[in-house]
Amino acid sequence: MHFAFTPEQEQFRDAVRRFLRDRSPPAEVRRLMDDERGHDPGVWRQMCQELGLGALHVPEDRGGQGFSVTELGIAFEEMGRALLCAPYLSSVLATTVVAEACAQEEAEQIVSRIAAGEQLAALALTEANGRWDAGGVELIADGGRLRGSKTHVIDGHAADLLIVAARASGSTGEEGLSLHVVAADAPGITRRCLTALDPTRKLAGIDFANVEARCISSDAAPALRRTLDIACVAVACELAGVAEALLESAVDYAKLRMQFGRAVGSFQAIKHKCADLLLEVELAKSAARYAAEAATVSDADLPALASLAKAAAADAAMRAARDCIQIHGGIGFTWDNDTHLWFKRAKSAEVLFGTPAWHRERLMRCSEV
Amino acid sequence: MSETAPTDPSADSVRREVREWLEANWDPNEDLVAWRNLLADSGWGMPVWPQQWHGRDLPQALAPVVEEEFARLGAVGVAKTGIRLLAAATLLEHGSDAHKARFLRRILTGEDTWCQLFSEPGSGSDLAGATTRADRHGDHFLVNGQKVWTTSAHHADYGLLLARTDWDVPKHQGLTYFVLDMHQEGVDVRPLKQMNGHASFNQVFFTDAVVPAENLVSAVGNGWQVAITTLMHERRGADGLRGVQRERDLPGRIYEQEREEIAVALEPYKWYPQRAGRVDLVLERAQATGRNTDPATRQEIAKLLTMARSAEWTARRARAAQQQGRPQGPEGSLGKLASSNIARQASHVHTLIAGANAMLAGEDGDLNGLIAEILISVPATSIAGGTDEIQRNIIAERVLGLPKEPRMDTGPFRDVKRN
Repeated sequence: MHFAFTPEQEQFRDAVRRFLRDRSPPAEVRRLMDDERGHDPGVWRQMCQELGLGALHVPEDRGGQGFSVTELGIAFEEMGRALLCAPYLSSVLATTVVAEACAQEEAEQIVSRIAAGEQLAALALTEANGRWDAGGVELIADGGRLRGSKTHVIDGHAADLLIVAARASGSTGEEGLSLHVVAADAPGITRRCLTALDPTRKLAGIDFANVEARCISSDAAPALRRTLDIACVAVACELAGVAEALLESAVDYAKLRMQFGRAVGSFQAIKHKCADLLLEVELAKSAARYAAEAATVSDADLPALASLAKAAAADAAMRAARDCIQIHGGIGFTWDNDTHLWFKRAKSAEVLFGTPAWHRERLMRCSEV
Repeated sequence: MSETAPTDPSADSVRREVREWLEANWDPNEDLVAWRNLLADSGWGMPVWPQQWHGRDLPQALAPVVEEEFARLGAVGVAKTGIRLLAAATLLEHGSDAHKARFLRRILTGEDTWCQLFSEPGSGSDLAGATTRADRHGDHFLVNGQKVWTTSAHHADYGLLLARTDWDVPKHQGLTYFVLDMHQEGVDVRPLKQMNGHASFNQVFFTDAVVPAENLVSAVGNGWQVAITTLMHERRGADGLRGVQRERDLPGRIYEQEREEIAVALEPYKWYPQRAGRVDLVLERAQATGRNTDPATRQEIAKLLTMARSAEWTARRARAAQQQGRPQGPEGSLGKLASSNIARQASHVHTLIAGANAMLAGEDGDLNGLIAEILISVPATSIAGGTDEIQRNIIAERVLGLPKEPRMDTGPFRDVKRN
């Protein structure tokens, strides 16, 4: 395990940070919150074609860039800091599951188009039961046709291609799970953009009425499990970045805001809150980065570590969000102040792929307690 | 006539040298003090110290090489227990040659034991507010006042004393640092019983205790700067069990003597593992009691494991950054605050696991009273070695750059409100 980044990884972080500072300032975030597509196609193309961020962690022979989950984690930390509005998480979900589930040639074909920014893809997994694990899939695949509904599909409204998790009629649990690829505008598909609490990450509801789709895996459970673990690590890194940005904002404001003739940050009530928050944010960062390393070296403990990191980062980000508003006082609760943008991302990502309590329980089960 | 800088000795040459020396001199049946005198003469006991003072001027980076060679032969090193090395480091930096000649050798041989006379009942976090006074009378000072939380004072030969010599200047400027002989009539050492029943510390009362002027370290009024040196070394040596020698179950007179020394030195620290919360016991206790099936307890255990592991990874990040020669990030200063949180959460979890038995202690308590000892020792963690509140101030001001609070104690110390 590495506990420090290499000089190349630091350069990569700097490059991503510079790009996002330029392309994802708060004004741009606010513009895209109101945009139905939810991202700027030009920026997305640049991210894929110039920065090579698409399918960063997918092996080259499967159409990706061949970097590790550690680099992916760096990208997510920076995107969380900048609150980037882009179909990045959805692409990671789609490319990971395809790379894990498909034969090499087919994976390369699908992934390379997503990685090039030519096609947007979304993984349709969660359903009305709200479960994030593969076993929660109820949508039926029968004779190459899909029947059922998906919800909370990240960027599902804007995707060109849907990767749909389904199960064989009569199967239960992780048995009988399959993955299907279908064009998002195929006959029988109805998509609806849901009103999201966090408008920087778009969610869709999708109905499948006897939709003809191509099956790419008929034993999808292992690929879905690994994909969800990597997604948890990615979101943990994103939340670590969100938490860090909120902490910095709170500290900056505490230095500027004068009350009772002194900066509010000179009061222990405020500075102790900030110190406690720094500790929690640093612990969450350590957990997220360790889990990313674990994914890279294919550690058998990845499920436990992904859950640990996701729970820690979600709690840290929510605490940072609450404290940042509190330290700002009344202004922090206004629409014009940017804090709520990060607050909403923290709140939404807190439950995405499972609440902290759910992940702690999973950590205990993985630890055989 | 070479202009090149003197080259550092290489690891290989140091290893060869120390190995040859040990092979020629090490004898497990030697007397402990005689052997350590040999170490003090040769410089191999403290190789990074100056050549003039029992060292060899080796760079810090090569110290592990010497340690490895000692470990390979099982050779006993110089005395390191207690606060003796803090005393030595302070004297090396601020003491006169006479101090160094008089005190350093017997620190290393283990013949003299030291204690630290800093904290007072009236000045805990605010160490510079000390009111123990030292008044000059010709060639000596008379000391009056009280110190507290003094580990091992009851068998110490010397104390590092911070006392006030000037009440008319701001508080940091009126302090002076002395070496005080503990064996005298004016020094009264009494044990201080803690809430967990142990008495690891002492109170020390001074009534006209005598310090000869030659025992003054640095200059009158410079005590705070000297104390900072001691405190910096204390922090570097980690909290509590600094310089602990590992007990060795080997035959030979020297090992017997070493074991006795270690037993005495470690006595005050025997409850320290419980103070830290004993995270190591949680999973087996949960399984043994069947509480591992309770969902609420499982949540709390998971929170504890998350905190403990994340803190460990954070410490490793700090070390890795240091090894790369990068400036230490914020992760370095957070360890103490993290340990407090972990200890508190561990105590909470042990309570949930013990259930009704958390009401019992001693032989009736779980694990023969060990769990009870955890529950009543953890409150020390967030106080000892700098309270959580002081740690938060340090983190907020030095790491996050938040402004200091306005001070009320900048004028002459005589006018400062105090206990």
